[in-house]
Amino acid sequence: MSAAACGVPSGNDRLRYWNLFGGGDGVRMVELIDAFAASRPDLDFQASTLAWGPPYYTKLSMASAGGRAPDVAILHLARLPSFAPGRLLDPFPPELLTEAGITPDRFLPEIWDRCVVDGQVYAIPLDTHPFVMYYNTELCEKLGLATANGDLIPLRGPDELIAAWAEAKKLTGGYGLVLDNFGVSPWRLWWTLYRQLNGDLLNPDATALVIDDAKALQALDFMRRLSVTDAVAPGQMLLSGAVALFGSSKAAFLFNGEWEVTTFQTQKTPFSMVPFPEVFPGTAGPGGIARTQADCHTFVLPHQRGRTVAGTRPAIDYVRFMLEHSVDWAAGGHVPAWLPATRSPDYLALDPQSRYRDAAAVAQLDPKAWFSGSASNMENLAGAAFGAVQAGTATPEAGLAQFKADLQRLIDTPAPV
Amino acid sequence: MAVDTVRAPVELTAPARRTRSWAGLWFALPFLLIYVVFMIWPILAGLWSSLFNTSLAGGDVEFLGLSNYAEMARDGAVWDSLWNTVWFTILSTPPLVLVGLGMALLAHRARRTGWLLRFSFFMPFLLPVTVVALIWLWIYQSDFGLLNAAVAWFGGDPVAWINDERTAMWAVVICTLWWTVGFNFLLYLAALQGIPRELHEAAAVDGATPAQRLWRITLPLLRRTTGLILVLQLIASLKIFDQVYLLNEGNAGPITRPLIQYVYEQGFTSYRIGYASAISYLLFLIIILVAFAQFKIFPAGRDD
Repeated sequence: MSAAACGVPSGNDRLRYWNLFGGGDGVRMVELIDAFAASRPDLDFQASTLAWGPPYYTKLSMASAGGRAPDVAILHLARLPSFAPGRLLDPFPPELLTEAGITPDRFLPEIWDRCVVDGQVYAIPLDTHPFVMYYNTELCEKLGLATANGDLIPLRGPDELIAAWAEAKKLTGGYGLVLDNFGVSPWRLWWTLYRQLNGDLLNPDATALVIDDAKALQALDFMRRLSVTDAVAPGQMLLSGAVALFGSSKAAFLFNGEWEVTTFQTQKTPFSMVPFPEVFPGTAGPGGIARTQADCHTFVLPHQRGRTVAGTRPAIDYVRFMLEHSVDWAAGGHVPAWLPATRSPDYLALDPQSRYRDAAAVAQLDPKAWFSGSASNMENLAGAAFGAVQAGTATPEAGLAQFKADLQRLIDTPAPV
Repeated sequence: MAVDTVRAPVELTAPARRTRSWAGLWFALPFLLIYVVFMIWPILAGLWSSLFNTSLAGGDVEFLGLSNYAEMARDGAVWDSLWNTVWFTILSTPPLVLVGLGMALLAHRARRTGWLLRFSFFMPFLLPVTVVALIWLWIYQSDFGLLNAAVAWFGGDPVAWINDERTAMWAVVICTLWWTVGFNFLLYLAALQGIPRELHEAAAVDGATPAQRLWRITLPLLRRTTGLILVLQLIASLKIFDQVYLLNEGNAGPITRPLIQYVYEQGFTSYRIGYASAISYLLFLIIILVAFAQFKIFPAGRDD
């Protein structure tokens, strides 16, 4: 890590890279960074890892506003509108992309389309990270919910799922299902459920709330059932606690992003993973995979005064290197965005990482707005409003009213980008 | 919380000759320059940008008049955060003053163990806020934390100390108390050592009990120190940010989010520097009022 990661405009042999991978995926990122550095001794390459969430985005946007940003950086795709493509971000030179073989046909069209603004490419997707369901294979076998080789039997619909978690609760004596009730996690769960009901939240230019109250309440009622009415899951648990309980086989199921794979592999938890279950049928994609909340890590070119095509070449080389090594990256849990990687035998052999790969095709990113996306204001406000519903301190109606009021305030705020 | 330097009252004597006053100006100039560049100018620039829709992301700036202030008046989050800051100040100031006084009385009396008490009471104050937050995160941690281990030993259910709305503010208050009470302790101890022994001896000869000597001699003579501590404490508590931000890993929910964090969120996370400046001026006004009230209640120079 280096403090000198910004400052002088790039020369042609200089590469400064910022990322926010501080967790289990950070270890893999460092391995890949080292591999790239070893393969390109001609480059003056420095990578900096900054704290995830608002601290990272604050620093990146300020560096870009001043025009002295790093050469390449990680950005959540759903945060793209908040980074004012064209002002805080520079477009990728199309000739360099063609030359490096980074072409639209090698990514999922739904994901690639969000990377293009006004006909110019502002982001290159690295991965998709869907909200998934972890399950304990040993406990599920005992419950008759998994086959002898550890495959979960299909569970569908609110009652069938809650019945399964209730059985699991009897077995563990604690919780059947664990989840995080703070931060942005309640948003992830609600958005998954609400999108399974095909609900919309904002109009295309994010100037009006178009929420469907009945569907929003249906999703919140289900969340309330989990922790209050049927009480198969906790209502006031932190992510660290949920991960610890699942990791020590004290809960049979866990809702979370897929990045915890390494944690449970290290702990030797008997576990596997499936895409988020189909709670509300009707909108599932190909293969019966239900819609699920997700975001994508992408590479972007933060705005630099005097950025040149030649000076951007090392950044493109780095992006290409990372895409080629997508399978190594995928071992940490994320689904590669680079389609050649998702078809490779090495990736398909990764278990459980390749089991939920189809969730990327039904990934539900946050609606486009300057205030949405990973770690955004909107996600945190939703987390507070819906977390209270899970805790049982607010009714679904009250939680929804609070979220709508908060969201309306964001909509009414003149966009600062 | 930052510690404000206590400025000694400046002796204002008229310069004897004009030439000497010029020399004084040259000595003061380096400080004055830094003060203007880093204090006066940012204050004016902040006031100026609170009248515009200045964005951190750049772009065109538009004059808004007072509409940032009007928005602030309608923004419930401003008032909720302000209440959190005020509630924290109400909860934290009395124990920070009283515990500091108690510890000073204790350390002042203890003869042989005095150095140990002085060291232990003051040491947490020397720690940087990041270390303090990390220590308390592990104490409050809901699954493996020290506090919940104790709760479990007594057969209770684990509590999410930092996130549960019933305990969250107290968790911040206790962490702050442990960390910063040492400074108040030090001020009180210095004041106690400044009380002439003869007063106590004379009172003892006249038959005053230890309790009477505490109430009639020690505490009245500590009044000015108490006034000073109170105002420093009020200002420091109103400026709370670091501990809450760190204990919540950068994401304090609406239960404990102080006003300064909301300013940070609006200004840096949402890029709305103009609006954030307007909110800062609300806090600035409140702190000025508190300081002004202190000068009215405890006028400088009066020794009674």
